[in-house]
Amino acid sequence: MKRFISRLLLVSIASALPVCNARAQGTPAQPSETLIKNATVLTITRGTLSNTDVLIRNGKIAGVGKNLNASSGARVIDGTGKYVMPGIIDCHSHSMLDTINEGTLAVTSMVRTQDVLNPTDVDLYRELAGGVTTLNLLHGSANPIGGLNTVVKIKYGRPASEFLFPGAMPGIKFALGENVKRSSTPNQPGVQRRYPNTRMGVEETIRDAFTRARDYKTTWDEYRAKAAQGEKNLIPPRRDLQLEPLVEILEGKRYVHAHCYRADEILMLISLADEFGFKIKTFQHVLEGYKVAKEVAAHGAGASMFADSWAYKIEAYDAIPYTAAIMTRAGVVVSMNSDSDERARRLNIEAAKAMHYGELTEEQALKLVTLNPAIQLGIQNRVGSIEVGKDADLAIWNGHPFSVYSRVDTTFIDGEVFFDRQTDIARRADLAKERATLEQAEPNKPPAAGQSPQRPRGRRPSHRDDDIWEGEQP
Amino acid sequence: MIRSRRQGQAKRMVKLATIPLILLLCTVSIAQQIGNPTAQQGVLPPRGTFVIRNARIITVSGADIENGSVLIRDGKIEAVGATVNAPAGAHLIEGRGLSVYPGLIDLGTSMGLVEVPQGANGTVDTSEVGDLNPNAKAYVAINPHSAHIAVTRVDGVTNTLSSPTGGLISGQAAFINLLGTSPKEMAVVPYAALVINYPRIGGGGGGFGGFQQQPANLSETLTANERQLEQIRKMLRDAEAYGRARDAYKADPKLPRSDMNIVLESLVPYVRGERPVIFRADREAEIRGALKFADEMKLKPIILGGDDAWKVASLLKEKNVPVILTGVFSLPNREDDFYDQLYEGPSKLQQAGVRFAISTGDPGAEVRNLPLYAGMASAFGLSKSDALKSVTLYPAQILNVADRLGSIEPGKTANLVVTDGDVLEVRTHIRYLFIDGRPVPLTSRHTELNDAFKERK
Repeated sequence: MKRFISRLLLVSIASALPVCNARAQGTPAQPSETLIKNATVLTITRGTLSNTDVLIRNGKIAGVGKNLNASSGARVIDGTGKYVMPGIIDCHSHSMLDTINEGTLAVTSMVRTQDVLNPTDVDLYRELAGGVTTLNLLHGSANPIGGLNTVVKIKYGRPASEFLFPGAMPGIKFALGENVKRSSTPNQPGVQRRYPNTRMGVEETIRDAFTRARDYKTTWDEYRAKAAQGEKNLIPPRRDLQLEPLVEILEGKRYVHAHCYRADEILMLISLADEFGFKIKTFQHVLEGYKVAKEVAAHGAGASMFADSWAYKIEAYDAIPYTAAIMTRAGVVVSMNSDSDERARRLNIEAAKAMHYGELTEEQALKLVTLNPAIQLGIQNRVGSIEVGKDADLAIWNGHPFSVYSRVDTTFIDGEVFFDRQTDIARRADLAKERATLEQAEPNKPPAAGQSPQRPRGRRPSHRDDDIWEGEQP
Repeated sequence: MIRSRRQGQAKRMVKLATIPLILLLCTVSIAQQIGNPTAQQGVLPPRGTFVIRNARIITVSGADIENGSVLIRDGKIEAVGATVNAPAGAHLIEGRGLSVYPGLIDLGTSMGLVEVPQGANGTVDTSEVGDLNPNAKAYVAINPHSAHIAVTRVDGVTNTLSSPTGGLISGQAAFINLLGTSPKEMAVVPYAALVINYPRIGGGGGGFGGFQQQPANLSETLTANERQLEQIRKMLRDAEAYGRARDAYKADPKLPRSDMNIVLESLVPYVRGERPVIFRADREAEIRGALKFADEMKLKPIILGGDDAWKVASLLKEKNVPVILTGVFSLPNREDDFYDQLYEGPSKLQQAGVRFAISTGDPGAEVRNLPLYAGMASAFGLSKSDALKSVTLYPAQILNVADRLGSIEPGKTANLVVTDGDVLEVRTHIRYLFIDGRPVPLTSRHTELNDAFKERK
């Protein structure tokens, strides 16, 4: 909130400055081949390899081993003393979404986050600087069944269409608990509360939606069967954009990412999903997941969480940082996510917390932000580990990424550099000059006494998906 | 919620009953005592005589001792060195492979004043009604049984400054040990600082609110800002005058007696510069404003927040005003700020010779992350030793308690953390914890819930 206000109150010059520090970085033609020499490589699937080279060619990892050779014209990076890690995958993000919650209805499966992507969101660049390359952009948690997700690679500087992760499984956001029953929305005279208002109503809302989806599917199945038999003069059923995604869920073609906190509501959704014959792909946040780890494992769901954010509201009071370890040991595929543009920049440390709280091994902890979220998004054949043939989405760190003293030097996506610390630093003097010039420009001069200052464009604050009720809170 | 709390209470009663038994059984080894799984303590673990030996001692104030001992007696560090004679009957703690650090200190919290900030207003005691509340004292409202306290200390943070946050003059902060069954037992300095939200141009005080107060016109905005500052100025001047009148009457009872005014009374030590005044201020204009105001009123200022402090570094140095930086993990404020602008804040202040400490700025639940903030500052330029000092000795110096805390030296309070590695590293584990010379069990609401569920099959 503090940041949000400060952004609204920026002096007018800020709005005239270039919105991104390094928009141009990804743009120039880059060599099709890069060789990182003599680094420590955290492969994730094949252990940690020291004094090892990584060869990138045409956007893919072309070699991992000793003494690899690149063709002339390749970019060669000395990796001595450095660590190479797969690009971090954040399985719960709202970056680059210009709006997050369509909260007016309890079921909004007809809306898509893909329609509101803002590729100039500068927080994307800050996330690249934390070694993050892939985001699962989720709708907010205002309704039991929310909008559709978008999986992106952070190709900052490119048009939004180039961000889309080809082949990622389509998904949808569900939500349970305090947010969907709108616990933080005060009663207002003359304004009727939106249904549901209780955890009973949340279950009923989802049950009703899937009951309708099942009938809708039957209607279409019958129609298609008749059409296949050559029946003439058939009238096709009317398309229902709200129910189509739910049919895809029933058919196993769309992943459910379900925001939840309490153990009881997790069990409720598992039971409901089992009854309708679909799967929950990930429980998101899943703060009390440690209490029902075996049920989550038995259902085959993943869990995507953070180590912090306990006690900030009542349903978070029993959250503990040991959840990742407990659920991993129960056989659940676990990932650590950010749900925050701020936290997204240091997911390496969030993963390392699972070694501090609960004694996961380094390999298990590394998977929490690489291979495991890739599995949860259906992109594990493309990213999440350093293997020949996978996308060259990786970051070079100046020390072990689990050390608090380490930072990212360079971040690659599809073999191209999208963040480089030295380049960033080298451009600062020019940016300072540009800023000074812009400050002198007529529209940016301070207003005369009595005149209204120009308002800079307001920006959405970094927040958890449940911190904001658009249109209701500033 | 209610159900689980009741269960917890019943469990606790059983455990409390077992404490005396455990203490009786425990003679030389303190392992059992430390292993006692009681996150809330009705009876504090007793002080005693302890020797941690064969450990690496990071004194912070002096050189590290690669293989040394620390003697703790009656709450104090009695001796530290390569060789320390263990008194007869001392509890011996084998420290081979372990490191001993002073407890970490966070000056930017509201520890104990809020349990659940959203949806449970009954647990929120940070912000009083009205703009001017110098007599709102954290000391009287800190909940010693807040679950945040044990959760924080088991990660090595032994002391916090706990501040109210509301209005313009928020109230008085308390500096506490994170152990005790009453504020009195916890307080190191009950009334440690006055907290002022320096009026923000275009909005309420410091970091909070202000939307509704924001006029659309710049000159109106500046006038509103000046009006807020004038409110603070007037109250501080009143306190000065009140103090003089009371003193005059004390010296000469023939003079008119002024009635006791508990609000102004509470301000007297601050307007006389005897105790520090913390100004919450993040942006350059506010920091400069706070420094000017402190000069004018002859206050002893500390800046809390300080995102833009590096832009004011030379003035801060000249005035010798310290900064408690809370923004290391915040997103940069402006779109055109460099990505590492706030990661680098501590390093820039260090280079400029400004006194500073690193804080989470978190109310309570996540103060345990303090070492990670210092680590991040070090990844971006601050030396490792300064990173450690910024959460130990520097905050102790800023709050004028370095005679008691912040380093491992004879005579200081025994607030010590024994680890299996670098205390700032996330993978490190805490093995023993001493606060006020008492061996503190490494249990919390979180370890208890972990223990209760981790074996559920």
